[in-house]
Parts: sequence; structure tokens; C-alpha cells
Amino acid sequence: MTHETESQEVQKFGFWAYLMTDCVLFASLFATYAVLHNNTFGGPSGHDLFSMPYVLGETFILLVSSYTSGLAMLAVHKQAKNQALAWLGTTFVLGATFLIMELHEFSSLIHDGHSFRTNGFLSSYFTLVGTHGLHITFGLIWMAVLMVQVFKKGLPPKTTSRLTLLNMFWHFLDVIWIFIFTLVYLMAAR
Amino acid sequence: MTLTHFLFGRLTLAAFQHDFIVYSGVFSMFGGIITVLAVITYFKRWKWLWTEWLTTTDHKKIGVMYIIVSFVMLLRGLVDVALIRAQQATSVGSSQGILTPDHFQQIFSAHGTLMIFFVAMGLMFGLINLVVPLQIGARDVAFPFLNNVSFWLFFAGVVLINISLPIGDFSGAGWLAYPPLSELQFSPGVGIDYWIWCLQIAGIGSLISGINFLVTILKMRAKGMSLMKMPMFTWSVLCSMILVVFAFPILTVTLSLLALDRTLGMHFFTSSFGGNAMMYVNLIWAWGHPEVYILMLPAFGIFSEVVATFSKKRLFGYASMVWALAAITLLSFLVWLHHFFTMGAGADVNAFFGIMTMVIAVPTGVKVFNWLFTMYKGRITFATPMLWFLGFVVLFTIGGVAGVMMGLPAVDFQLHNSLFLVAHFHTMIIGGAVFGYFAGITYWFPKITGFKLNERWGVYAFWCWLIGFVVAFVPLYILGIMGATRRLDHYDPSQGWQGLFIVAGVGAAIIMVGVGFQILQIVVSIFQRKQNLDLTGDPWDGRTLEWSTASPPPFYNYAVLPEVSERDPFWVQKQSGKTPEKPVYKDIHMPKNSPFGMFIALFAVMFGFAIVWHILWLAIVGILGIMICVALRLSSDDTDYYVSAAEVAKIETARKVVA
Amino acid sequence: MKLSRKIFLVLSFIVIFALVLFTITRGDNFALFNPAGQIALKERNLMIFTLLLSLVVVIPVFVMTFMIAWKYRAQNTAAEYKPDWDNNVFLETIWWGIPFLIILILSVVAWRSSHELDPSQAIVSSKPALTVEVVALDWKWLFIYPQQHMASVNMLEIPQGTPINFKVTSDAPMNSFWIPQLGGQIYAMPGMTTHLHLIADEEGIYQGASANISGSGFAGMKFTVKATSMGEFSDWVYQAQKSSQTLDAVSYTKLAQPSENNAVVYYTANDDNLYDTTVMKFMMQMQSATPTQVTSYQDSTTPGMDMSNMKM
Repeated sequence: MTHETESQEVQKFGFWAYLMTDCVLFASLFATYAVLHNNTFGGPSGHDLFSMPYVLGETFILLVSSYTSGLAMLAVHKQAKNQALAWLGTTFVLGATFLIMELHEFSSLIHDGHSFRTNGFLSSYFTLVGTHGLHITFGLIWMAVLMVQVFKKGLPPKTTSRLTLLNMFWHFLDVIWIFIFTLVYLMAAR
Repeated sequence: MTLTHFLFGRLTLAAFQHDFIVYSGVFSMFGGIITVLAVITYFKRWKWLWTEWLTTTDHKKIGVMYIIVSFVMLLRGLVDVALIRAQQATSVGSSQGILTPDHFQQIFSAHGTLMIFFVAMGLMFGLINLVVPLQIGARDVAFPFLNNVSFWLFFAGVVLINISLPIGDFSGAGWLAYPPLSELQFSPGVGIDYWIWCLQIAGIGSLISGINFLVTILKMRAKGMSLMKMPMFTWSVLCSMILVVFAFPILTVTLSLLALDRTLGMHFFTSSFGGNAMMYVNLIWAWGHPEVYILMLPAFGIFSEVVATFSKKRLFGYASMVWALAAITLLSFLVWLHHFFTMGAGADVNAFFGIMTMVIAVPTGVKVFNWLFTMYKGRITFATPMLWFLGFVVLFTIGGVAGVMMGLPAVDFQLHNSLFLVAHFHTMIIGGAVFGYFAGITYWFPKITGFKLNERWGVYAFWCWLIGFVVAFVPLYILGIMGATRRLDHYDPSQGWQGLFIVAGVGAAIIMVGVGFQILQIVVSIFQRKQNLDLTGDPWDGRTLEWSTASPPPFYNYAVLPEVSERDPFWVQKQSGKTPEKPVYKDIHMPKNSPFGMFIALFAVMFGFAIVWHILWLAIVGILGIMICVALRLSSDDTDYYVSAAEVAKIETARKVVA
Repeated sequence: MKLSRKIFLVLSFIVIFALVLFTITRGDNFALFNPAGQIALKERNLMIFTLLLSLVVVIPVFVMTFMIAWKYRAQNTAAEYKPDWDNNVFLETIWWGIPFLIILILSVVAWRSSHELDPSQAIVSSKPALTVEVVALDWKWLFIYPQQHMASVNMLEIPQGTPINFKVTSDAPMNSFWIPQLGGQIYAMPGMTTHLHLIADEEGIYQGASANISGSGFAGMKFTVKATSMGEFSDWVYQAQKSSQTLDAVSYTKLAQPSENNAVVYYTANDDNLYDTTVMKFMMQMQSATPTQVTSYQDSTTPGMDMSNMKM
């Protein structure tokens, strides 16, 4: 292994380690939600508040964005700069749509008087889903910056390794969302 | 909103009003800071400080900085001790002692917080930084820039907790700030917020270090050094970092949730509106218990090195020791409830956690036996590191017995939150972790500085610590049996407690004399360094790779990366009598210095301060500042350089001339 | 000084110290070793049992440490030196095995004692149990005797030999209800009831305290426990019931205001729902016809960051 690829291996491994810590972070938020999700203090529960079709839409969009992110990586490995940019752009648009949908969901809940200050259930809901949304936001910023880099400088090894990390991050967020979808929304719909 | 309110949030002049004791503290603090700044200016060392220390990515220097900062914080922690002991020795009957209850509660909360986070963690990460890359035959850690960031985030936490002294108050809810007491309803002031943010910021630094050293140990060992050939200190650090990586995110979340309750009015842990304070207790201890093992395991690792070296013998039962470490690592996640048996979880749950608590005592005890049998049929010299080890065996065993006692839920019902508990955990942390770190510092001091510490003052310091500890804490064990609760700022003379509190105060004073001796030891050692130079790099006839380097090592550690084939590779090499071949030098890839760690920490302090005082614009500046620093760093191409083979040859030849 | 003399001094110091400890812990002030009820008695015995069992490991460790340190010191060149001897399955088995056995014993003890001494477990007795509702306030203890329709602050009088069922809650931060001579503690938490069962087998006066910090007045949260004969207890109840003060929503609200070092006060308590209300108010919006502003701490808008300029 060359010195450069060795340091890239180390970087990837370090990023995996970071994703593990993020996993524990989300696990703690899930645990909190599990304990607090029935603490509505007399108010409506998730069953009453969540809209399954809407959430299904969000989920589908995010899952597709994960797919397009994978396609982008395939293009990167082929050193196909324009194709990579196209798929990255698609991923970005899908991710941004997801985020906008989520923000809309939040603001309408708040507007209807179900804010994160209302009770323990809503505090934990907003925080769990909102933390995921915050991660998506950082992912999108990262994606935009990298897209600019690819546009300007093409696909040198430093950029491709960063794209690899971003791709890992994006898939990770997708997995977390699947857990959120299942444990928060699906369970509430029962 | 008025302009003042916008600019300063809830910060008003009232935040600067304090009692005499706090003013004295602030005065001393500022006096110290100004003295240091004056000295640096007088000796015209600003540029040197900036290029050689503050912006360094060299793990050895980062380690030194951790240890210096930790030691300074130890002094503040000891001042807290003096005040606590003085209060509890005098606040009886009609006397309220020297402190108001409010102030007393802030002092013991600050004491616990800073001792754990800014002394113990700092000493630990300092030693890990100093030693691990050298021990595994690497040139630096996996992510040197992040290492710098970690140190500065640690320092940011230090800054915040110290800012709370002149500006505002600190938390009075104990070192773990349980809700509902720590919620706005019962603690509307700034104290809890200071507590949250100094820990949050420092905690992120610790988490980054955890990832850093985990990757370093797993990916950057010398060729031939398989896992089962690693030095035992490295093994203990690996296990400790696994704990960090799994436990610290829980702390991040818990502190965030409490912050969300306090800052945005959420209801995670409030008494009402669907909050659940018990959730906090579970979360904080799910972090808190692994935390104590995070501190303890590297100390165990240090003892493994010290005992083997000073017995001139292989560590007994290497595989057994590794399994014991692994067992402790795993089990430390299964015992957290023993910190709150009295919260009413029921007999089944309590019994499970009680049993787990006692099970974890087994691998811990196994290690003690392995150390003893390392000494058995060895040739033991009782240099100071060995004395710290012997003190550890005595104290840790006693503290461990106390722990096993409290591991029985039914017994814990009587001992929980009593001074017996306080004595127990101090025995473990001081007798275990702190003694270990002191042994480590003494042991590796010559490697890092090039000269040995004065033995005599070290011995005096040790005895003061050991005797002082016994005199300070045995009374607390007894007081616990007498039914004395912890954290009391006042009590009735009919309890019959005062005598024991006075004895405890004497013990604390003896420990402080010991610390004075340690300071003296450093000063004397520096003055006498020319007589105590470590010219060979191997002052103790060591066994592991770090002793094969010069003292201090060159900035790149190893001119040629070593290859090993056995445990204790340096010992084996020495025994074989083989002269090493003439080295072939190559260009060495090294990281460059960076100011961004410091800047990120500066913005982090701004952010923390802003959240505490509700200054929105400053918080935004803080966040943006951090993001900009990160962006600038990531977009920079000028982050590393190469040292030419010729340059390396020159440095190496110079060393051989001296040796 | 010779090492052997040093070791001798240290060992004798330890022995003398242990003896002194043993002697002084016989004194009256040693609440945990002077149990006045069977719960505290069993807990004390467990403590001693665990301590003695641990000594099975501790004493050999201490002895071995000093013997090995002494015999294999570098100056003792007569001692055998085996620098590469680092393994022995027999020894490993001993020191993994024996501690494991001890822990096995302790685990069984832990399981049994956790169940036997579970605070929520009623005490079996021929005498009928007395129920006392305990409310931790800032910074005093309120004891409601629902069956006797009376309440007292900081004074808990109970009949000797009678099992007491404590229902414990808090209208303040987390506290811990503790009477060391009668038995272990239980946390007092708002919105929750925890249960503790104790019994005073001997008449006497005992100390009670809060064992969890709850704010600046926490050290003053002491209360007196008096175990008396049934006759004396009835007299005491009768006197208290003659109190001019009644514990109702209004007087309770006043009582719940922060105060320290409260003197003993008695109330008549005819509102059977007061305790339950105190617990339930944290769990749901209280709807009642009369404006029972139960305590000024019950806030529906939590103060926080000034939100007026933040877009949410």
C-alpha cells in the first residue's frame, strides 16, 4: 500500500469510528423517545398527530437519495466527473426536499399548538427527528462544498476519499431514518 | 428588547457580586494569569510559545500541555477541598461555618466536576498522548490535527469553569446535576448552564481523542506488533478508548437534553408536563459508570508497565490480563444502576445490577494477583513509581471492599449518598487512578524531558499522599456508618461528627503538603537536571519500545520505524546483545502545526458563554466561527510536510554523539 | 530504616487501626450498627457478612504483597530470580476461581437479600400496619397519617413493633427519605410514589434525614422519629387532631413554600385526596372546580431563553 492510500485507509477507519459514536448518540435519543413517547400530559399522541402518507413520501425520497448517492460513487470510481456531479446534484435535491418536508411537518405541528415545549413526548420527538434533520443539513452543506470542489478541481484522490466519507455518512443517515420511521411513525400508527 | 439586553443577554453587573472568598479566588487566579503572561513577555517567548506549543500537532507536546493544565486545576480542586473540610469541621450547632449553604454547594459541585473532567481526564489523556505512539512504534497519532483540537476543547472547558468564578455562579447541584434540582424551576440561575457547557465542550474533545487513539492503536502499530504483542499500557488504553467511544455520546445527548429543557423550555426531565427525571439519572450513569473505568484502565496499564520494569521481570499472565481488561470493558456497561439502587427499580432489577457489580470485581482482583506474581521471583527496586503501586494495592483493595459491600442493594440502601460512599469513590479514584497517573508521570518523565525527577522529594510526596489519604478518608468511612449524609453544610453537635470532620481536615492538609512536595520536586529537579540527565534514553532498564528512543525523542519519534516480533521488544533486543544494523534513512512525512485548534476552542468558549447568558448574537458568532475554522482547515492543502532523509540523518548522528 | 522494620511498623499500624475502628464503632452514635428495627438489623448483618467474606481475599492480598515485596527486593540476592517466568495455569485458576466462588456466594446473597429487603415489600406482622404518607418539601418533611386524619411536619411518631407503610413522594426536587436506625432509604420524587416499609422494634428517638441534595436548605431537612407504645401513640394522635390548623389545599400551598429549619407543626387532615393530588398534579393538567393553586411552583410556562426575537 502506498503511503497515501494507507492514510486514506486510516481516515476511513476513523470515520467509521465516528459513525459508531453517532450511532450511540442516536441510540440514546431512541431510548429517551421510548421512555417518553407516552408522556403526552393529557395531550394527543403520535397516533393522532403523525400523517403516514406524508412520512412515507419523505422516507421514499430519502431512500432514493441514498440510491442516487451510490450511483454518484460509482461515477466517481469511474472518474466520470460530470456524471458524478449530476448524481450528486440529484442526491442534493432529494435530500433538500426531504429536509423541507420535515421542516414543514415541524412548523405545522408547532402552529397547531404541538410544539417541543408542550410535553415530554413532543420534546423527545422533535429532538430525535430534529437531530437527524440537523445531520442531514450538515450532510447537504458538505455535499454542496464537495460538489463545488469536484466542479473546480475534478476528482483527485483527496476529493474522492472525501466523497467516500460523505457517501458513508449519507447511507448511515438513511439507516437511522429507517429506524425512526419504524420506531416512531410505524409504531405510532398501530 | 433594549440594546443592553440584546448585547448582554441576562448578564448584568450583579453577576460580578460575590463574597470575600470568591473575590480572593478570582484575585489569585488573575494574579497567576498575569504572572505567567508577564514571565513569557519578559523572556520574549511569545513566538516560541506559539510555534512550539500552542499550535503543535506533536503528541508529546500536547501530552505535556494536558498535564500542566491538569496540575493547575488540581490546585484549584484542592482549594475547594480546604474550603469543604473547613466548613464541615466548623459548621456545627449555632455556627454556620465559613460558607453559606449556597456557596458550599457550588464548591463541592465545582470540586467534583473539575477533579473528574479537568484533572483526572486531563492527566489521563496527557499520559496517553505522551506514551502510546512511542510505545507502538509510531510517529504520531492517527489524526494529529484533531489531537490538537481535543486539547484545546479540553482547555475551553477549563476556561469556562474558571470564568464562572468571577462572572456569575457555578452549579450547586453536585457534579452530576440531577433534575429536577437542575431544571429551571429550582435552579433558574446560570450555574447549571456553565456546568452543562464546560462539560459538553470538553466532552467532545474527549470523544474526538477516543476516536483518535482507537484508530491509532488499531491501525498504526509497528510492523510485527500484533494485538497480543502490544504493551499492556497500550492494551489498557485501547479498552479505555472503546469505552470513551461508546460512553461519551451518551453524555453529549444527556447534557444536550438538559440544555434543551433549560434553554428552549422542553420537557425531558421536568417534574411536570411529561418529563421524567429518572431518565436523566439512567442516562447520566450509563455514561458515568464507564467513565470511571475510562479513568481506571489506563492507570492499571501504567501499573503493569511499572511493576514489570521495576521487578525486572515479564508481566505475569499477559493473556489473562488482556481478558481481564476485556471483561471489565464489557461489564462496565452492565452495572450503571448500582448508582441508584434506592430509586426504587424493584428487587429483580436491583439484584441483577448488584450481581453484575460484584462480577466486575473478579477481573479487577485478578489483575492485582497478576501484578503480585510479576513481582514474585523478580528483582524489585522501590523507585517512586513502585511506591505509588504499593500504595495503590493497599488503598484500592480497601476501596474495592467498600464497593462490593455497596454492590449489595440491601446494604446500599443504608450507605447510599452517605460519607461512606464518598470515601469509597475517593479511594478508588485517588488510590487507583491518581496514584497510577503519578506513577506514570514519574516513570515517563525522563523520557519526555531528558532528566529524572528528584527521588527524595518524590518519596516524601508519596508518604504524605498515602498517610494524608488515610487520615482524611477513614473518618469519612466511619461517618458513613454513623449515618452522616454527604453534601451537608451544617449539622447538629449531638450527632458526634465534628471530631471526625476535624481529623479529616488534618488529612486533607497532609495531602496538600504532599502536593507541595510534588511542586518542590519539579522545581528541584529542573534546577538539578544537569546532574540527572538521562543520556541513554533508558533510565529504568525498560522493556518496551519507547525506551529505545532518545530522551527526549526527536519530534518524529523514530527515524526508522521499528519492527518487532515479541512482547517487551526492547528488553528482548537488549538481552539478545545484538547490535542494531546501520539504519537506512528515508524522508519522513510529518503534520504541520495549526492555529485552528485554538481558534475553534476560542469560538467554543464564546458559544458556551453566550448560551449561559442568553446572548444570541454571540452564540451565532461562536457557531459560525467554528464552522468557518473547520471549513478553512479542510480546504487547506498546506497541512503536512516532509523531513528529508539528510535532515533525519543529521539529527540522529547528533544524538549518537551525545550518547 | 530497614525495610523489614518499615513493613513491621506498617502492619502493626494497620492492626492497631483496625482494633480502634472496631472499638469505636460500638458506640451509640453509630446509627448503622445500632439498628432499632429488623430491617436495619438485617441490613447491618449483611454489611458485616460482606465485609468478613471480602477479608478472605483482602488479607491474603495484603500479606502476599508485603511478603513478596520484602523477599524479592533487589538487595536480597539470595532470592531466586526467574525473569522469564510469566505463566502458571494452576495459580491463574486459583485467583480467577476463588474470587469467582466468593462472588457466586455473594450473588446468591444479593438475590435473596434484594428480595427479602425490598423496600416495597410489606413487613409480616401480627400487628396491623400503619400507613404514613410522606411528602418531601423545600426543605422539610410532611407526614400525613391518612387513617388518623392528621399530619405533622418534621415529626414522625410511630407505635413500636408496628409495621409502617410509607408512601413517599416529593413536591420539590428529588430527595431521599432515610431513617438510618430503622432501615435503608428510598428516593422521594415528584409525580411518583415510592414505597418503604420499616418497623421500630424498640421504643426510642431516632434521627431522620434527606439523603439527596435538593437545594440550599437541604442540610436542614432533618426530622425526628419517635417510636412509642401504642397508648402513647394514640395520645399523640389525639393531641395532634386537636390542632387549630387544617391541612387543606390552601394551607398546603403555604406550607410548600420554601422554608428552612421548620419547627414541628401539627395539622388536622381531612382531605383524603391531598396526597394523591400532590402526586397526580405532575402527571396531568389538574381540572378542578375550586381554584386550587396547589403550589406556586406549578408553572405552566417554564421560564427560559427570551424567545421573543427567535423565529421558531
